[in-house]
Amino acid sequence: MLMSLEVMLNAAGLAFVVAGSRWQQADGQIAFLFILAMAAAEVSVGLALVLQLYHHFKSLDADLPSEMRG
Amino acid sequence: MEVAFYIAGTLAIIATVLMLTSLNVVHALLYLIVSLLAVAVVFYVMGAPFVAALEVIIYAGAIMVLFVFVVMMLNLGAQAASLEKSWLTPGIWIGPTVLAGLLLGEVVYVIVRGGDAHLGMGMVDPRQVGMVLFGPYVIGVELASMLLLAGLVGAYHLGFRATHKAEIRNARDTHQGWAGPRRDPVLPGTDRPARTP
Repeated sequence: MLMSLEVMLNAAGLAFVVAGSRWQQADGQIAFLFILAMAAAEVSVGLALVLQLYHHFKSLDADLPSEMRG
Repeated sequence: MEVAFYIAGTLAIIATVLMLTSLNVVHALLYLIVSLLAVAVVFYVMGAPFVAALEVIIYAGAIMVLFVFVVMMLNLGAQAASLEKSWLTPGIWIGPTVLAGLLLGEVVYVIVRGGDAHLGMGMVDPRQVGMVLFGPYVIGVELASMLLLAGLVGAYHLGFRATHKAEIRNARDTHQGWAGPRRDPVLPGTDRPARTP
């Protein structure tokens, strides 16, 4: 789940860097830097949530915490 | 130099597909690390060396180590050692090792060949990136710092009690005959112990 999110963020960053390299602007790399910072914050909070999930349900199944029937 | 670009891109796609289709978490992490390294080579070939270095250092170095650390930490208990040993059998290293070896050969080829390591599109050097980053985009840097602070506080708050409970349960599992966790005096008005062990 979280690893697929990383892959998607990398794809978006790759698109930004390719565009910035195509038009010789540094803005694409700066957008990648922001994506990198966001990914670092997101991964830390997400892994803490995974820890809580594991200690609550004793499993890593993402479908278990569906008590609210969302 | 187009050859290096296409090889690295193909390796990234192969590693990502293998990551998505592998059923084991540790194997998927190994393939994801190889995929990130391949994307870093693509960045370097395209003329963005600063971003390539950041991809290797922060993504493959820090975030993936965090992933591996949490995955290894989730399996506390008696059978953890044998389980982790079964995850990391010698046969499982073959796939990521072959992909990473191809990437290494490609990097050595690019370095030995020298000259312009980009696809004929010119290079955006780190100096240019830094000038723009701390020029018009300085408000973004401030917002990123606040985001990282929020992430730090949130991860600490969410991870604190989880590790606390895990320590207590681990101590109970390992020390047989131990009379359970010691009850610390509780602060009046709260349900938190006055002194955390």
